[in-house]
Amino acid sequence: MKISFTLNGKQTGVDVSADRKVVEVLREELMLTGTKEGCGAGECGACTILVDGRARLSCLMTAAQIEGRSITTIEGLSQNGGGMHPVQEAFIENGAVQCGFCTPGMVLSAVDLLDKNSDPTREQIREGLSGNLCRCSGYVKIVDAVEAAALQIRREKAR
Amino acid sequence: MREVILPGSLEELWRLLSDRPQARVYAGGTDLLVRMYKGLLDPEALICLDRIEELKGVGEQDGCVRIGSCATYGRLVEEPLVRCLPALRKAIGQIGSPLVRNMGTIGGNICTASPAGDTLPPLYAMEAEVELLSREGSRRAPIREFITGPGATCLKRAEILSAVWVKKPQEYNVHHFEKVGLRNALACSVVTMAALLRLGPGGMVEKAAFAWGSVAPTVFSCPEAQEALSGKPLSAASLSRAADLVRNVVRPISDVRADADYRRAVAGNLLLRLLDVAYERKG
Ligand SMILES: Cc1cc2nc3c(=O)[nH]c(=O)nc-3n(C[C@H](O)[C@H](O)[C@H](O)COP(=O)(O)OP(=O)(O)OC[C@H]3O[C@@H](n4cnc5c(N)ncnc54)[C@H](O)[C@@H]3O)c2cc1C
Ligand code: FES
Ligand code: FES
Repeated sequence: MKISFTLNGKQTGVDVSADRKVVEVLREELMLTGTKEGCGAGECGACTILVDGRARLSCLMTAAQIEGRSITTIEGLSQNGGGMHPVQEAFIENGAVQCGFCTPGMVLSAVDLLDKNSDPTREQIREGLSGNLCRCSGYVKIVDAVEAAALQIRREKAR
Repeated sequence: MREVILPGSLEELWRLLSDRPQARVYAGGTDLLVRMYKGLLDPEALICLDRIEELKGVGEQDGCVRIGSCATYGRLVEEPLVRCLPALRKAIGQIGSPLVRNMGTIGGNICTASPAGDTLPPLYAMEAEVELLSREGSRRAPIREFITGPGATCLKRAEILSAVWVKKPQEYNVHHFEKVGLRNALACSVVTMAALLRLGPGGMVEKAAFAWGSVAPTVFSCPEAQEALSGKPLSAASLSRAADLVRNVVRPISDVRADADYRRAVAGNLLLRLLDVAYERKG
């Protein structure tokens, strides 16, 4: 089945089985390996992508479902305007990355969260990221990073 | 290769369903695709309801809130009308994770008919009705008749769940939902309870409706406990008697998450908490 959609801002087409998992289409057909598959069952969030700006699990979507949609993966987040997204910068600065397997999903969930609430409490950040598991970091630095990114985003808006 | 089709309207859906009687419909896919990708399920074709806007609306009619079956949880917690249904709203806010709530729908939860489905206890306690739609027309049924067993409903072939109707529970002034799981997020329920109470002067229980999840093959109601409390002041003693009645009649199973005795104990204990819940309400 031919599927066309916008991928990281570019019109894209692929020819794949309609019932193929979106995470596989991204990784194996489009070679965008930033999106990870951990559990394949909705429980870890490693496969998080943005679909029309909202965070979704690409391991629980069929290829047919992305027809006509706008998809953002971790590879595309930095392309908007060139530099890194404030959430990505904050993850680096705060040492919120260890092995990095959870990071693309964490970052995209944080982007969705900050889009809805630009001034979340630490508790709201924890709740907002509760679908993304990290086996390395203990989460403290991840929450620090999202707090810092929120501040940075608010500063940029105020300018 | 399996077809996946995304109709954009009900008209198109009926045509697809009559051409492909073996096709399986799905909405968010958070139950169905988990099972399909694990190889537990092998539908000939899939029809995704996600693009049918008519199935996503939330509205109000004759004192009832009508919730479209394909409304996602993420959408429903933001929806002002859902605030009139506090116990349901509490249940929805605790489902899975934000990612699961961005995708999962209330219709999917009802049709999955799991004893651990978190929207079901509040829907049972509020005596919700489901609206079922096919090319031939629509029918309505009480949710407790629609769900016939674990994973079983009386949905007919080429029929879908289009909406759920919930009468605004204005006769109650305490609206409670509690979920006991093994962790805060991404936890399948061990026991849940929805409780609605009308407390009159002196803390007198004028009306009560309870429903439990995960303690029986389907959502469990206990008219005995409701009656035992009605007409009595809400107190540790009256709740404790009602809790004993509940523990005597629930039929829980043991599984990887908890054993039956634990579930039986917790089902009663959740009632005892109502005293705190009601006092908190009064400040
Ligand atoms: C990680 C994870 C965590 C979860 N946590 C919870 C939780 O805490 N509590 C909870 O209750 N559930 C939980 N679930 C289960 C699931 O998310 C919910 O049951 C959800 O409501 C299912 O909705 P859906 O739209 O995704 O269903 P789908 O998977 O799309 O469909 C489920 C079933 O219903 C049928 N169906 C769906 N919509 C219709 C319709 N309109 N008409 C007719 N048939 C229909 C499908 O054929 C299928 O059999 C979790 C799932 C995952 C993956
Ligand atoms: S791979 Fe999708 S949630 Fe784990
Ligand atoms: S950094 Fe290793 S899983 Fe999060």
